[in-house]
Amino acid sequence: MAGGGPSLMDSLFQRSLDDLIKGLRLSSPDNKLNFISKSLDEIRREIKSTDPQTKSTALQKLTYLHSLHAVDMSFAAFHSVELSSSAIHSHKRVAFLSAALSFNPSTTDFILLLTHQLRKDLSSPNHHDVSLALSTISSICNPDLARDLTPELFTLLSSSKMFVRKKAIAAVLRVFEQYPDAVRVCFKRVVENLEGADMGVLSAVVGLFCELTVNEPRSYLPLAPEFYKILVDCRNNWVLIKVLKIFAKLAPLEPRLGKRVVEPICEHMGRTGAKSLAFECVRTIVTSLSEHESALKLAVEKMREFLLDDDPNLKYLGLQALAIVSEKHMWAVLENKELVVKALSDVDVNIKLEALRLVMSMVSEDNVMEICRILMSHALKSDPEFCNEILEFILLTCSRNVYEVIIDFDWYVSFLGEMARIPHCQKGREIEAQLVDIGMRVKDARLELVHVARDLVIDPALLGNLYIHGVLAAAAWVSGEYVELSRNPFELMEALLQPRTSLLPPSVRAVYIQSAFKVLTFCIYSYLGLNGDVASEPVSDTELDNDNVVITHKQTPSTSSSKHNLTQESIMSLLNLIETNLGPLAGSDEVEVQERASNVLGLIKLMKPRIIGGLNQSEEDKIKEELKASETIKLIYDAFSEELAPVSLNSQERVPIPDGLVLKENLNELEAICGDFKLPLSTSFSLVKTRMLEKDATSISECQSKEESEPSNESTSLLSEHRKRHGLYYLPSESKESVSNDYPPAHDPKDKAIDEAEDLVKLTEQSLVFKKKSNPLKPRPVVLRLDDGEKSNFVSKKLEVKEDLISGAVQEVLLGTEASTSSSISKLSKKSSKGVPELKDNTGNNDLSEVSLAGSGRKKHNKERKHKSSGKEKEEHNNKDKQKSDRRHSKHKSRQRADSALAAQSQVIPDFLL
Amino acid sequence: MGIRFVLMVNKQGQTRLAQYYEYLNIEERRTLEGEIVRKCLARNEQQCSFVEHRNYKVVYRRYASLFFLVGVDNEENELAILEFIHLLVETMDRHFGNVCELDIMFHLEKAHFMLEEMVMNGCIVETSKANILSPIQLMDKAA
Repeated sequence: MAGGGPSLMDSLFQRSLDDLIKGLRLSSPDNKLNFISKSLDEIRREIKSTDPQTKSTALQKLTYLHSLHAVDMSFAAFHSVELSSSAIHSHKRVAFLSAALSFNPSTTDFILLLTHQLRKDLSSPNHHDVSLALSTISSICNPDLARDLTPELFTLLSSSKMFVRKKAIAAVLRVFEQYPDAVRVCFKRVVENLEGADMGVLSAVVGLFCELTVNEPRSYLPLAPEFYKILVDCRNNWVLIKVLKIFAKLAPLEPRLGKRVVEPICEHMGRTGAKSLAFECVRTIVTSLSEHESALKLAVEKMREFLLDDDPNLKYLGLQALAIVSEKHMWAVLENKELVVKALSDVDVNIKLEALRLVMSMVSEDNVMEICRILMSHALKSDPEFCNEILEFILLTCSRNVYEVIIDFDWYVSFLGEMARIPHCQKGREIEAQLVDIGMRVKDARLELVHVARDLVIDPALLGNLYIHGVLAAAAWVSGEYVELSRNPFELMEALLQPRTSLLPPSVRAVYIQSAFKVLTFCIYSYLGLNGDVASEPVSDTELDNDNVVITHKQTPSTSSSKHNLTQESIMSLLNLIETNLGPLAGSDEVEVQERASNVLGLIKLMKPRIIGGLNQSEEDKIKEELKASETIKLIYDAFSEELAPVSLNSQERVPIPDGLVLKENLNELEAICGDFKLPLSTSFSLVKTRMLEKDATSISECQSKEESEPSNESTSLLSEHRKRHGLYYLPSESKESVSNDYPPAHDPKDKAIDEAEDLVKLTEQSLVFKKKSNPLKPRPVVLRLDDGEKSNFVSKKLEVKEDLISGAVQEVLLGTEASTSSSISKLSKKSSKGVPELKDNTGNNDLSEVSLAGSGRKKHNKERKHKSSGKEKEEHNNKDKQKSDRRHSKHKSRQRADSALAAQSQVIPDFLL
Repeated sequence: MGIRFVLMVNKQGQTRLAQYYEYLNIEERRTLEGEIVRKCLARNEQQCSFVEHRNYKVVYRRYASLFFLVGVDNEENELAILEFIHLLVETMDRHFGNVCELDIMFHLEKAHFMLEEMVMNGCIVETSKANILSPIQLMDKAA
């Protein structure tokens, strides 16, 4: 078949849909794609056939392949359009079904070609054709189609065939969304259907309002009487559920409405045997009527029934409803506490999660310890996934608002340590961040923190667990940073240098070595301070006076009679230990490890002769040497004892920027590099590097020069250059000697940009106070904008505008706020003679007295709507005197004013849009 | 918009019917179906019938070898959707006589028409089995 015109053969021997399906079933999985592409070739040929039967079958097959085997069928769009005009209903069905399943309302151009056929079908005497067209519209409607077909839909809204009418109502929702002006035309008829007796129609129209009220409920308040009637009279659960949903939206807007509906809702709840309706009643009460105490009590009782039920579905929903109540009425949760806790060990992870959420919502200062204990025991026996969920919730809740609920930090810190030891724990990062964060924020917790850190660092078993390497890094950092609080620095040193540290990733290992460096400095400092006369800081004394020191280590000489067990020998063995362990690392491939190891070894080289030296030297030399050593070590020690603290986001701004410093550029780059890292990473550079390695290995070197604020002993040329340029980040006091210091890195700029300018102390004093204020200060503009955008829960902004248009138009129709006919409407009315008279009826059919009635909350009166229509005559006045009416509006209640403002706004937009 | 999609999937995770009430392109559909099927089919009888996925809530129910999965938005009543699924199955049962996977495979169009009668634009418009089936029976007669 060269050239591919469809031949007679194709038509005669065309495979039917059944053949295709059978073929698909017979073909092996490997062969399937092949089979599909072969069939597709056939279809491409057949679909061009002039015989409608052949075409229809081809389209049928294609639709099947598209729907279930993800075959692209956009090429056949025109054929669908073509076939839709067939006189044979079954062909038409195939065509419209294929269109409904495959057309993209926003990009398929062929939809416009359907307009004429759809219009024809909508006015067809065959109601199956009409219904088909309506279904199609509801799935492929775009603004053009909606505009062009509004008049036909309008007619169908009061069709005598309920079968058609209900579909027209369902379709009109889509039309409203696409073309808000249609509201002006059709809304009144839609409202009329609220009083219909036909269940299908009622179900459709209530469903329509349920969707509409989600977005802008206020506009539909005037219809409350109609909804109320349905609520009281209707016995169809589907409809009742929808009506309840509508009231859930309306009741919060009008307290009197709530009072009115709460009774029938409770009645339904008590009466009905249908769980779906009962649950909807519960949900309505807890979301919107929770201030009605007796109703709430009933609802909570019902929830308890659900929670006690064996049906997992009811349990799940009960928990969800409880979660809604918990926001305002914690007592309801507390009352069912034991059920919630029981649900934590349910077989269903979804139920467990809901229960977990609820449990966490109960957390307060008083019960945080108890709850955490319970959760911990659950975590231990749960599967890894849920265990980590629990841990995440605990970590999140406890750290909320800078550890708001935690009073006993000693407990919390040891709890964090416990968490890290849970075998499944994968929350190492968060624990790591919190350990360091607490270390910096909470001075009183440091002693316990050091103990916890010691236990973590010293346990060789933990080193093998990949997930807690971060925690170990934090523990190592804590051990080094607050070494003066440690009971036994020697033991710590051993732990930091234990052979299994080779299992650590280089970044964590670097922290270990750096901590060892700090511990070493501290030990020598103490030693010299005790043996010489440099002792100036009492800190070391108090800690080392501790009699509980465990003397089990080989480097602690047995001869030592000193209660501080700091003898020359012990120091020497300490130095030897370090040399033995770090010696090999000086040749490590990892620059961080290598460099830090060299630092430590360098210090030892410097110190060793001076400590040892005394043996062979004269007394004078010895003292001199020791003095030198003391001086050096004191400088290093001082550098280390510089306090770290959390710094407010804004503190950086308060530092004057020196000339020639291109601050902005650098920070921007930094942002790009570590923008994703949310954790308040405060330990050291190497931790940052861990992240770097994962996220952006190439940028490490770049980061090092920019971000690293932890210069090493030998200042390289690069570093000194950096120091020159960014002197701000360096403590000026250190410049005289190349000593190592442990600045807090300028890591994670988002969280805590710690700057080490000379006014650090001043800043840290303020920082804690400023923290709360300054945190929201910076992101505030963003938040505000988000608030606006999220107000009505929209998926896209475009849709939001449209919804506003809908509710604006609805308000016009219902309240008659403004009666300006937009240009598009007049266009429309010219097009269809049918639309014109109704249009006049609908736009601005209220006089002002009616408006004020509606505005003052008398919407429960059923008569209101009839009143409304009586005001039609005055409509023209309104029309003419827009401004006047506006002014008069403003005299009404503020709510009314807001409404008219909304309406006014919405009138401007359609002209832009259409 | 209430119901966002209706899926029928067999035990092996193959889609047997897919009806979306909002436009998704083929790729999006495929990934969504894959994700949901993976999530739901792994669950057992003792677990609840609701799964949250992305911004959908998926309500599902298993009938023999076939899973019926309905994606709804968060506003929808989950239990009502379960009843809807049951209604759908009962309707199909009435038409096909103890409906099975093959019935839906070979009569996909009809299944779509039934759905079309029941749901329009994501809203449930018809809940009477007789009303749902009458146009289809008429079509059968005509054919």
